[in-house]
Amino acid sequence: MANFSTNEFKAGLKVMLDGEPCSILENEYVKPGKGQAFNRVRIRKLISNKVLEKTFRSGDSVEGADVMDTDLAYLYNDGEFWHFMDNDTFEQIAADEKAVGENAKWLVENDVCTLTLWNGSPISVTPPNFVELEITETDPGLKGDTAGTGGKPATLSTGAVVRVPLFVQQGEVVRVDTRSGEYVSRAQK
Amino acid sequence: MSNWRPSAEIKTLRERAAFFASIREFFSARDVLEVDTPCLSYDSITDVNIDPLTTSWQKTKSKNKYPLYLQTSPEFYMKRLLAAGSEDIFYLGKCFRNEPASRQHQPEFTMLEWYRCDFDMQDLVDEVKQLIEHLLSMTVEQITYQQAFIKYLQFDPLSLSDTDISTLSDKYDLNVYLSNLSVHSSLPSMLNARKDALLDVLFSRFIEGPLSENKAVIITHYPASQASLAQLSEDQKTAERFELYINNVEIANGFTELTDPAVQRTRFVQDNKIRSLLGKPKREIDENFISALEAGLPACSGVAIGVDRLFMLNQGLSSIRQTMPFGF
Repeated sequence: MANFSTNEFKAGLKVMLDGEPCSILENEYVKPGKGQAFNRVRIRKLISNKVLEKTFRSGDSVEGADVMDTDLAYLYNDGEFWHFMDNDTFEQIAADEKAVGENAKWLVENDVCTLTLWNGSPISVTPPNFVELEITETDPGLKGDTAGTGGKPATLSTGAVVRVPLFVQQGEVVRVDTRSGEYVSRAQK
Repeated sequence: MSNWRPSAEIKTLRERAAFFASIREFFSARDVLEVDTPCLSYDSITDVNIDPLTTSWQKTKSKNKYPLYLQTSPEFYMKRLLAAGSEDIFYLGKCFRNEPASRQHQPEFTMLEWYRCDFDMQDLVDEVKQLIEHLLSMTVEQITYQQAFIKYLQFDPLSLSDTDISTLSDKYDLNVYLSNLSVHSSLPSMLNARKDALLDVLFSRFIEGPLSENKAVIITHYPASQASLAQLSEDQKTAERFELYINNVEIANGFTELTDPAVQRTRFVQDNKIRSLLGKPKREIDENFISALEAGLPACSGVAIGVDRLFMLNQGLSSIRQTMPFGF
């Protein structure tokens, strides 16, 4: 992989730091009038997902990371791996629990997810921003309550638990924002 | 694709012209003489962290070309004028530095620099406050470098031991950043360079933001090791040097000027020592400048302001490129 100098740092560039692939979020060149120049860089570690700030001496370089994002359709979970397929080439890739993590609860068959691959292996799985899932369990709402105030918890078919309005019933399909984990609406039939 | 269009909007350029006129009005009202010192010079500065742009001049018909430097600041020329009896002077014009362009940097930029005879640092700090009030209608707060570190990072920047420096470097993950300055760390001047680089980063990361968010602050009394061309304070630990920050942007650097030619020469020689240790080219000392100090620089204070940055804040623009007709 090529090396990148601090002059080439920009948002989105993937580099290796402490043996972990990272994505640069922000890069600011700082040159105190009377001091040594440096770059203040905010990065996201792609495996641990931690965001941190690093200081580089201007002109220093770091190794690039072979990281790419690819859109794949979710197929199934075999108990150990989650399987995805490229809808054009039909090539399949399996992601382990470490890569899927918390997002397992948002995986819906045939939904197209973004997989981040490092050296060809998935390190993270990002579900679509909105998914539609069926409610498998929730308390019956009170009659006549249309807007409600606090809502009630509902368990979805994947095991995810979201707060829904009181009028939404078991067996209905709801639309959920996967970034916030919040209920958006009932699914359109 | 060619990009012939200006980097500033035309209406911004109208404002820019008015801004410059307002600066000139400020100094004219105070009887400070405008001088347009040259952009080209035979010599540059020894400062370890400032890189000039260079060019060469066909001075005679012979094959010999003279290397010339584009000025990084009008300071040396202006002090030669002061030594020759010019009294209070200001410069509003171009300066050049060989560094990457960024939101706050351009290789060619506009500097406002002025010198006031018989002003001490505080007199000049007060005048800078008046100028900022005049141009931006902002009041300026004031704090010492030491107070700022104690307030935001709970340590005293003026009494750091070598061990403290290493501890801080570990704590803030700066060992790689400081590695080039650690190689020759047995030398006192290198130790200072390492300490200063550490303080710069910590200042930038943890202090300048909270200190100057949506306001203007002057920081005074920098450590003696960062004196540059400033006189030292009576305690010898700090320099009569100040900087102005507005909303996270470094705007001005000023000081009570060092007038002692011997001390000045020592600092230049020291700079060159550090330069060679860092593998940077040595710079000839500007003997005309030293001679001017020997002839007698009147007691004075001077300050330089990055005018494009100031104007950027005045206009609420996000990049210095948008303040000038054609930014790089």
